[in-house]
Amino acid sequence: MTTEQEKPEIADESGDKYKYGFVTDIASDTAPKGLSEDIIRLISQKKGEPDWLLERRLEAFRFWQKLKEPTWAKLSYDKIDYQDLYYYSAPKQKVAPKSLDEVDPELLKTYEKLGIPLKEQEVLSGVVAVDAVFDSVSVATTYRAKLAEKGVIFCPISEAVKEYPELVKKYLGSVVPYTDNFFAALNSAVFTDGSFVYIPKGVRCPMELSTYFRINAQNTGQFERTLIVADEGSYVSYLEGCTAPQRDENQLHAAIVEIVVLKDAEVKYSTVQNWYPGDKDGKGGVYNFVTKRAACRGANSKVSWTQVETGSAITWKYPSCILQGDNSVGEFYSVAITNNRQQADTGTKMIHLGRNTSSKIISKGISAGRSNQTYRGLVKVSPNAANARNYSQCDSLLIGPDCGSHTIPYVENRNKTAKLEHEATTSKISEEQLFYCQQRGIGEEEAVSLIVNGFCKEVMQHLPLEFAIEAAKLINISLEGSVG
Amino acid sequence: MKTPLLEIEDLCARVADKEIIKGFNLTINEGEVHAIMGPNGAGKSTLSHVLCGKPGYEITAGTVRYKGKNLLAMAPEERAREGIFLIMQYPVEIPGVPVTTFLKHAVNAIRQHRNEPELDTMEFIKLLREEGKKLGINPDMLKRPINVGFSGGEKKRLEALQLAVLKPQFSILDEADSGLDVDAMKVVAEAINAERTEHNAMLVITHYQRLLKDIVPDYVHIYADGHIVASGNKDLAREVEEQGYAQFLKEK
Repeated sequence: MTTEQEKPEIADESGDKYKYGFVTDIASDTAPKGLSEDIIRLISQKKGEPDWLLERRLEAFRFWQKLKEPTWAKLSYDKIDYQDLYYYSAPKQKVAPKSLDEVDPELLKTYEKLGIPLKEQEVLSGVVAVDAVFDSVSVATTYRAKLAEKGVIFCPISEAVKEYPELVKKYLGSVVPYTDNFFAALNSAVFTDGSFVYIPKGVRCPMELSTYFRINAQNTGQFERTLIVADEGSYVSYLEGCTAPQRDENQLHAAIVEIVVLKDAEVKYSTVQNWYPGDKDGKGGVYNFVTKRAACRGANSKVSWTQVETGSAITWKYPSCILQGDNSVGEFYSVAITNNRQQADTGTKMIHLGRNTSSKIISKGISAGRSNQTYRGLVKVSPNAANARNYSQCDSLLIGPDCGSHTIPYVENRNKTAKLEHEATTSKISEEQLFYCQQRGIGEEEAVSLIVNGFCKEVMQHLPLEFAIEAAKLINISLEGSVG
Repeated sequence: MKTPLLEIEDLCARVADKEIIKGFNLTINEGEVHAIMGPNGAGKSTLSHVLCGKPGYEITAGTVRYKGKNLLAMAPEERAREGIFLIMQYPVEIPGVPVTTFLKHAVNAIRQHRNEPELDTMEFIKLLREEGKKLGINPDMLKRPINVGFSGGEKKRLEALQLAVLKPQFSILDEADSGLDVDAMKVVAEAINAERTEHNAMLVITHYQRLLKDIVPDYVHIYADGHIVASGNKDLAREVEEQGYAQFLKEK
């Protein structure tokens, strides 16, 4: 039932600013186009999944069929034809690789080109472990043995389903149920791979964990699923990066990230999202519809989301925190940059349920070109959440006269002991600031990048160091050509 | 033999529809310090802005040559890289950009222009600390975002530090209408005097003679109604201090 396709097309890299726009020429194993129960059965069978998971997928699919795509976001795009997409594409490999030596060298080359070394001895002397997801499957996860010594599980979720069924069954869908929203239901029906992380009680994960997602195949949706469980008193810092080839048509990406944080545990989740944004006229680019949520279930638990969003033609994303445990803490630090015709509707939700819970939102939006950006946030304090605290700061920076920026902060407070603060600013890069830089010999583009990096600093300093450097570079690339 | 550094001929400039500079002539040779004095609102700051290429001004007539090149055709950053430096009256704040980062970009942009190797971070910080020490600048100030929350004195010290580090050939000190912070001004004056060489030249724009006691000019010009109405040596500044601008305004 599967078809094999060779993909000979070559993306023109020369003279283009999106350096990740190349296509890997690799044979892949692709399911036929379209979405149906048969396709879902096929995906499940390809992955050798247990019946319970197939059942969940089918339930999600049946639910999804009843839903309508949401239209409340300030985004405009052509209707997505869900039957015109491939839902499964895997690099063709005779047998699953047991070690990195068995991984297709073309794939290793792809990640090398992306700046992600998968050979363990090359991975920054062991400070980062990487899971590399290529289209629908995880192709390599490094440092698993070293992590296992501490009891840390870091593996493709497709494998976790088989090897740690209790954990997966218990937590998968417990933070984002398939009934949550249209894209979550879709993902729950067709998700293909992603990472699974479990940090046992009292363990501080000895290295940063990181997943790199790569969409390669044409007309293929990427639906990855990440599940992180931090058991009592544990700590982990997790990084996520994404790139895609440069293609004229739009690619769909609908992921779910679920994080469960138990008593006294802490999770730091950092994203640098650099999916292909489309060309300057808005042709091509990834549609990024993502549901990310963390549940701080135990007392004194903490989660912090840091995101740098520079890519995608369309971004629809609201990493959220459910602050259930008493004294739990949720943080959201975001930089979103849109240029040319990009559109982003992004923000966060902080749901205060437990007592003495606190949350902090720092959102920095930069719009350039003809792009449009909306911060959409919700701070909700339930009647039982005594002494809840929130501080929100949403700053927008506009570059040029043709872009737009909107701030929509919802607040629902049901407890009078809550203390909620909100600050918002919208500014333009001032002529005075630019002139000051230029008068000191700094060119206009460099000046804009200095000013923008300064504007984002509060967020960038929450990124792990090597990610921060990469992110700063990305910001500069994203804004190229936005002045003058 | 004197070498002209800056030659301004019949310069006219306006903002929106308002004529501000009207037929301005001045030649500044290497090694000279010129002062321009004039009543408030005469457009003295406009002159400094036009020379540095600040947007918002329209040049309607005249030429400006700097080292023999057409200055008005150069972008503001090119002028800076060619050695023109403006000590600003109201330096702007840039949130989130530390002094060190900002100045490293500036120094290396200028070094690159001069075909000199870029300074690495260690060399640069060493240079910045040494020059800062001479100006009484605390190393902590170098980590703060540029001008954000700086006192008037700190802002001036930072301008003086940039002067010392960027080593311009032609500096313009714009103190057109400020209520001077006398101590801070002394620091700036010292920094400027330290840069006086036979090749460097300066233009000091001020309302008060007081500044010219610390920076003693070779020539003093009285500027009114968009052009120079009188020129002389440092004694002219004293005359203005004693008798006011009225006599010069009547003469025209």
